[in-house]
Amino acid sequence: MSALTQAAARRRERPAAGPAGSAPTARGGREPLWRRRDRRWALVFLGPQLLGLLVFLVGPLGFAVVLSFMRWDGLGDATWVGLDNFRTQLTDPEFGRAVWNTVKIGLITVPGGLALALLIALALHGVRGRTAYRVVYFLPVVTSSVAVSVIWQMILGGGADGILNGTVHDILGITLPDWLADPDWVVVAVSVVTVWSSLGLNVVIFLAGLATVPTNLLEAARIDGAGPWQTLRSVTLPLLSPTVFFTVVVSVISSFQAFDLVYVLVNPDHNEGAQTIVYKVYQQGFREFHFGLSSAAALLLLLLTLIVTAVQFQAQKRFVHYES
Amino acid sequence: MTTVRHSTAPRQLLLHTGLVLGGLLMLFPFVWMVLTSFKGVSQMINEPLSWLPTPWRAQNYPDVLNEVPIGRAYWNSMYIAAITVAATLFTGAMAAYAFARIPFRGSGPLFGLFLATQMVPAQVTIVPLYIMLAKLQLIDSHLALILPAIANPFAVFLLRQFIRAVPVELEEAARIDGAGRWTIFWRIVLPNIRPGLWTLGIIVFLASWNSYFFPLVFLNSSELFTVPLLLDSFNSQRGGIDYGLTAALSAMTVVPMLIAFLIGQRKILNSMASSGLGGR
Repeated sequence: MSALTQAAARRRERPAAGPAGSAPTARGGREPLWRRRDRRWALVFLGPQLLGLLVFLVGPLGFAVVLSFMRWDGLGDATWVGLDNFRTQLTDPEFGRAVWNTVKIGLITVPGGLALALLIALALHGVRGRTAYRVVYFLPVVTSSVAVSVIWQMILGGGADGILNGTVHDILGITLPDWLADPDWVVVAVSVVTVWSSLGLNVVIFLAGLATVPTNLLEAARIDGAGPWQTLRSVTLPLLSPTVFFTVVVSVISSFQAFDLVYVLVNPDHNEGAQTIVYKVYQQGFREFHFGLSSAAALLLLLLTLIVTAVQFQAQKRFVHYES
Repeated sequence: MTTVRHSTAPRQLLLHTGLVLGGLLMLFPFVWMVLTSFKGVSQMINEPLSWLPTPWRAQNYPDVLNEVPIGRAYWNSMYIAAITVAATLFTGAMAAYAFARIPFRGSGPLFGLFLATQMVPAQVTIVPLYIMLAKLQLIDSHLALILPAIANPFAVFLLRQFIRAVPVELEEAARIDGAGRWTIFWRIVLPNIRPGLWTLGIIVFLASWNSYFFPLVFLNSSELFTVPLLLDSFNSQRGGIDYGLTAALSAMTVVPMLIAFLIGQRKILNSMASSGLGGR
């Protein structure tokens, strides 16, 4: 069959193909050649990522579930311990504290960081020459979390002699807490640095969302006599809500995975206030080699993530406005 | 015609003032890092609150260069990121094409599986990955960082969105001219999703370049260290003592990235903006 007739045959077959996944198989006679070819092509194209998915994501996830029911240090024999690892974690006050510290970081960085980003994006949307600002606010996003931590150590560390605390004390006479050493304040320090380092990304995403708000709607609101505040509340924010929802979901997930900043900035070994869930995963897995306990902690993190994300998707039905 | 919100002069002034102040707060940590990198140890001890270095001491830079193999770390980070980006873009686009344009049974559920695994945090798979890679003798090698990073469901999801926006007519026309699936993918689809490839490329590059958790767990030998790991190891040994050297080292890891960003800022910012809207 020449290439041309093959293509023509394929085109004739098209209307019968239907949407992906529901292609009806030819009954009775032989399957059309193009469809058998296509199935082979689908496998070729999917191959590498499908293999990667199975080997590096699905496989390890299943393995993690199995490990979470075992006691194993990686060398000796593994013993089946049922739900013991989960019981240990859930009754361990240290793990409870790690969950609470993680949640606290999320409670500060998600509303605080996103409100700040929205405020800056709204201000930028209203001024001329926003390129320079966008660039400045984005600089921390391209900086590695390790460098961010090292830089902020120089600002927040050093106790009373640190540049922040020392200067504030000299000028205002106020003694600030020792941010990185005080277990009660370290979460605040970590949260501020987290917001600083992710602010620019959210600003840029909000700006892109604001750019999609149709000018004629804003114009119409103004003609109808709406002030800037009312326009913001009744026109801009509802139209922006899908973008806000997306950033909330992403920010919550990433706040639950807080590790780099706490680990390098604070050293949670010496400050229990900075111990997060992922710190426990790392410490139990790769310092103490309790692979089972570590996997259980990681799966509890996954469970927490799934529940909170599901709740958010339920809540969006009430708060998020989609253009149909 | 300007938009509605470009309003009166006092308002512009107010907004600019606020934005400049905020911008200074954003910049201050970088400025402080550079200033500190020119200070000597004695100044840090005797007058910790003085802003400007007295005297300016450029010697910190050659000193730290002599001590740590930063060139090698740069090379490690660079080639790991390059391979990761190239392989992710290529295989990600292939899978995305299959999901977007080749009808096959089970396409929907399989795509659902890709979407679902996107939710799994890397920390959940790290212990099993470690055990697997140890069995394969890949711990303490760069392959331990590259291989798992290429498996990227988000890449498939993002590029599928871009491929779906390519007009089917282009493909049909090529087909009539006798092009097969592979030719269509290579000659028609890839050139038409260039913005998507840029977006994904930038995201994957930044993630690889700045990655800390995986190198921390998978690498032991200092000659294999990536840039963040090198900075971390120097900082944990000397950070509280040799402020000037630590600051000089962080400046050497941060400033080249900032310059690269300034050069490509338009493309990078637009890409990141579209990644956020890709979620709709």
